[in-house]
Amino acid sequence: MRRKTALAGAATAALALVLSACGGGGGSTQQPAQSASGDGAQPAFNAALTQVFNPSTKKGGTLKAANYSDWDSLDPGDTYYGYSFNFGRFYWRTLTTYKPGPGPDGNTVVPDLAEALGEASDGGKTWTYKLKSGLKFEDGTPITAKDVAYAVARSFDKETFPHGPSYLNELLDWPKDFKGVYKTPDVDYKSAVEATDDTTVVFHLKKPFASMDYVVQMPMSAPVPKDKDTGAKYKEHVISSGPYKFEKNEIGKGFTLVRNDQWDASTDPLRPALPDRIEVQVNVNADDLDNQIIAGDLHLDIQGTGLQPAALGKVLPDPALKARADNPTIPRLWYASVIPYNKPLDNINCRKAVMWAADRVANQTAFGGPVAGGDLATNVLPPPIVGQEKFDLYATPESKGDVNKAKEALTACGQPNGFETTMTYRSDRPREKALAEAMQQALSKAGIKLTLKGFPSSSYFSDYAGNVDYVKSHNIGLAAHGWGSDWPDGYGFLQAIVDSRTIRPAGNYNLSVKNDEVDKLIDQASAELDATARAKLWVEVDKKVMEDASILPVVWAKSLLLRGKGLTNIAYNEGQSMYDYILLGVE
Amino acid sequence: MSFLDVKDLKIHFPTDDGLVKSVDGLSFGVERGKTLGIVGESGSGKSVTSLGVLGLHKGGPAKISGEIWLDGEELIGASAEHVRGLRGKKMAMIFQDPLSSMHPYYTVGHQIIEAYRIHNDVTKQVARKHAVDMLGRVGIPEPGRRVDSYPHEFSGGMRQRAMIAMALSCDPELLIADEPTTALDVTVQAQILDLMRDLQREFDSALIVITHDLGVVAELSDDILVMYAGKCVEYGSADDIFYRPEHPYTWGLLGSMPRLDREPTERLMPIKGSPPSLINVPPGCAFSPRCPYAERTGGRAETEAPLLAETEGGHLVRCHMDRTERRDLWENEIKPVLETQ
Amino acid sequence: MACPATGQATRPVAVLTYIIRRVVGAFAMLIVISMVTFGIFFVVPQWAGATPEAMAARYVGRAATPETVHLVAERLGFNDPVVVQYGRFVKGLFAGAQYDYGAGVEQCPAPCFGYSFISGQPVWPDLVDRMPVTFSLAIGAAVIWVLAGVSVGVISALRRGSFFDRLSMGTALAGVSLPIFFTGMISLVVFSYGLGWTPPGGAWTDLAVNPLQWAYNLLLPWITLAFLFAAGYARLTRAGMLETMGEDYIRTARAKGLRERQVVVKHGLRAALTPILTLFGIDFGLLVGGAVLTETTYTLPGLGQFAILAIRNQDLPQVMGVVLIAAGFVVVASLIVDLLYAVVDPRVRLS
Repeated sequence: MRRKTALAGAATAALALVLSACGGGGGSTQQPAQSASGDGAQPAFNAALTQVFNPSTKKGGTLKAANYSDWDSLDPGDTYYGYSFNFGRFYWRTLTTYKPGPGPDGNTVVPDLAEALGEASDGGKTWTYKLKSGLKFEDGTPITAKDVAYAVARSFDKETFPHGPSYLNELLDWPKDFKGVYKTPDVDYKSAVEATDDTTVVFHLKKPFASMDYVVQMPMSAPVPKDKDTGAKYKEHVISSGPYKFEKNEIGKGFTLVRNDQWDASTDPLRPALPDRIEVQVNVNADDLDNQIIAGDLHLDIQGTGLQPAALGKVLPDPALKARADNPTIPRLWYASVIPYNKPLDNINCRKAVMWAADRVANQTAFGGPVAGGDLATNVLPPPIVGQEKFDLYATPESKGDVNKAKEALTACGQPNGFETTMTYRSDRPREKALAEAMQQALSKAGIKLTLKGFPSSSYFSDYAGNVDYVKSHNIGLAAHGWGSDWPDGYGFLQAIVDSRTIRPAGNYNLSVKNDEVDKLIDQASAELDATARAKLWVEVDKKVMEDASILPVVWAKSLLLRGKGLTNIAYNEGQSMYDYILLGVE
Repeated sequence: MSFLDVKDLKIHFPTDDGLVKSVDGLSFGVERGKTLGIVGESGSGKSVTSLGVLGLHKGGPAKISGEIWLDGEELIGASAEHVRGLRGKKMAMIFQDPLSSMHPYYTVGHQIIEAYRIHNDVTKQVARKHAVDMLGRVGIPEPGRRVDSYPHEFSGGMRQRAMIAMALSCDPELLIADEPTTALDVTVQAQILDLMRDLQREFDSALIVITHDLGVVAELSDDILVMYAGKCVEYGSADDIFYRPEHPYTWGLLGSMPRLDREPTERLMPIKGSPPSLINVPPGCAFSPRCPYAERTGGRAETEAPLLAETEGGHLVRCHMDRTERRDLWENEIKPVLETQ
Repeated sequence: MACPATGQATRPVAVLTYIIRRVVGAFAMLIVISMVTFGIFFVVPQWAGATPEAMAARYVGRAATPETVHLVAERLGFNDPVVVQYGRFVKGLFAGAQYDYGAGVEQCPAPCFGYSFISGQPVWPDLVDRMPVTFSLAIGAAVIWVLAGVSVGVISALRRGSFFDRLSMGTALAGVSLPIFFTGMISLVVFSYGLGWTPPGGAWTDLAVNPLQWAYNLLLPWITLAFLFAAGYARLTRAGMLETMGEDYIRTARAKGLRERQVVVKHGLRAALTPILTLFGIDFGLLVGGAVLTETTYTLPGLGQFAILAIRNQDLPQVMGVVLIAAGFVVVASLIVDLLYAVVDPRVRLS
């Protein structure tokens, strides 16, 4: 999937961060003290992973950015793309945000609008945030707690804002008769979120939840002035609370951000706000976009998911270009769901036969190999997830599959001669097609015959692989799948894809994991307040899923990002799993 | 020297299969006010000859030699541009099948005006008036209205009249008519031939009529040239050709001549076979394979090309048979058969 | 002797009846096209067993709850029968529609093509907004390809078998065969990123803002697009010229003493251009409906790019809008071609 956020589930890490953030006087960026204007940095492969590359404090210039697709929405209450969360911070501020900059603590959160991280009371059912003073919207009106509470409340209306995440809809204690600020303008929503005074926002949750600071780094907490709110049309002109505001916005074509003179740098140590101007084009031809980054006509590929295959072929063999690239592991798993809805895969031994028979190396190759694709995955949680452990329940010689063990499993399943089933993939994704073909070849050695079926991405989950009726009536046994974490902890990564209680008739992302023990462990892990113990519990969930043999991991994805020419202050941020956009400047 | 004097004209086309000798050593002449008929089957080189005279092979692949003297001026050696200036003005041509020979997208008037204005520096109005005048003179009713019609809106005869008007628009001194009546039905043919005769008298031009049909030249020509395989096989006055023909090919043509008193499809004495390929013409008489009397030459017909020789007073014949034999054949075998028709 | 009356076909009444008949036919065709598009959009997923919710699931964010999906299905009207939804669409076209954007209701005056399922933007202003880009692209490219294609074709025909002929016809073959996304990407890499002669992809300036910049930005797309078409036109012109230059009326023109240039242009080319006119009308009509590949390759915000995005996003109102507009352009273009044909070739009668 394309979206992600991060929630550092580890309370200790969060605590450490609070300390460092407060003690460090706001930890702007981790640039070296001699921070020059950015000239003379030696490009090197992975140079922006652990430190700021080409650090600079020089202000001015135009940052030219492009998106090969388009935003779901520029409205902070209606967006769910990771890049949107990252980029949006140019024009919005949220209660908290990921700590800017490179390195492992990039996936921890620090206060942004808030003076400090949230204060929990009532055993974690009530969370209170105090706003900084001197905060203003682009029109000069002060940002108050009421604007934050209103923004949270308006995002509740999923008919008007169908795109955004619904964590707050689920977590907060909304009044029964509340249908959103437009349909039921008179219903008081203070039982869910309220401004007790101009600077205090209080969230009331249905049940204790430890990780509220990570939820409110999402843009639903970005303030929206009620008198400027135009519902679904607000995205045409979002009122800025950040260092930049919209100069013009042509939806479907692009927009331009210019400096917001009402933004007070003294309230915002996180954003150096270096460029004077940010120009964004959308729906740019993806291959051309890469070429423009290579050539220096563009600074930034906003999606931040890496180069297209065509450009990969150009960048990797060229030392000069490769030196401009970074190759981080991202919190994303490519995998194959092994679906237990149809016979004989409802039998765990038949699923295990698939696990044993799969050629993991061939699968990795199908996904682009170790650099363009990612590391060979042996279990569900990817390495960037807090507390992740690597284990392999189905180790085979050289990871190339074990036909004998597969046949043993088949015999145990009562299908000694194998069986036939269908594997789906997204036909517009060549790597998934290659995976399906690799699986077909490997499984045939054990007598499992795969029929391959490709479907368009846009309706893959709604109509095909994620549609229970379709899966049952068309004997779908395997489905190519990929998942990126909403935030880098077990809950953020696993909940949507392994909790059987999320399964509905259509539009499922959990295609295959239907296991009561897994569900029980999820509940246990979510309720565990001790972060270390919780991380261990998520590893248990991971193990349980692997024992269930309903997910066949393929690769823990890596992206290959290219640093734009003339770009300064570049750092890969773990929390965003892309470059930290608010740090960027231009030469 | 005649007004038009063609001497030993050769027009050869190199092709992948060999040299096509379309016209191979042709000589003839026409005076002002006189008419020469060139007769032969299709493929005998008549049309190539006429286009050669007009200089339309210049700049093309054809190899041309010989001399063409028009009013004391040699044209083969002259520049293409100079000859172009003469075309349409000093010498003009009437083509067969005026439907395909006139541009379908332009009005008849436009095409006459264009022809007139190439050689006369006049305004469009003046040229238009001239065009209407010309259409009237060739017998087109309501010329002031028909001048704006398109060729496809004319009947065949009208189109041929319009074509004649176009050719005559610049008052040419040499007029070449290539099968001027072929596409027309018999009554219209007669009208057109009358018209051409009248106009020739009026303009006092030299006229060459090219046709496969001796009947056409019978009515118009002073002299007649019979062409076969790129060469002249018989040349003489109209009387010579019609009353004293000496070449078996001419006899054949006479035998297949349509007459107004006969059904036009009737052909009593068709010539056997078809004209020879003009590539790699074999030695000997080109007509010999089709000639009923070839064996009378004792084999010379196959090995030796006959020469064009004067038989009497400007009457030329290209035949191995001697004069007496030819006259005997004509008087005793051919003429009686033709007369019983 | 039969003398048909002249100018019969070009009498105003006949032409008017002809136009009216064609326009009525065009409307009927647009209705069929809209029904088919609508049908494909709804019927095909239904064959695959899609419920209204499953269809609505395309237009929500990730991990949307069933409630959200249901709300969206309801708002987009997916629960109604397809016929009712089609009726609503048609009503919007002729009577306008309303759009509830949460904080208020917006009037969408006729012709209302509805609102995007994805962005909620009204479709018609977007279409209008994108037309200048596509028109600019199509017109500029058309000028180049007609001039280049026809002149190359004429010269090739006149110098048949020459080096120029063989070279240009070889190039033309390449032009016809190579796809735009290939030639476009190659020329961008060479001329924009390599040599820096032309602006990078995505450059677009309105003609009214800066004509020079407009032309400069469009230069590469023009040439790329023109290359594709010029190739076909060159081949067609060459074939047409070879045929017409052998016509009897060309010989007549020469016999009149006309200069060769005039013979070629006025008599030869004039006739050879007629079939090209037909082709041009259809090509141009298709192109102003969206130069899909060129706009996508060069990131030009025109109708073609719009169409691709609409289809990729399964955004029915946008798809309907762009399909109908494109079909409308083709219909208009073919009508104009037919009328022009009667002007160009007097033998043609409108019937």
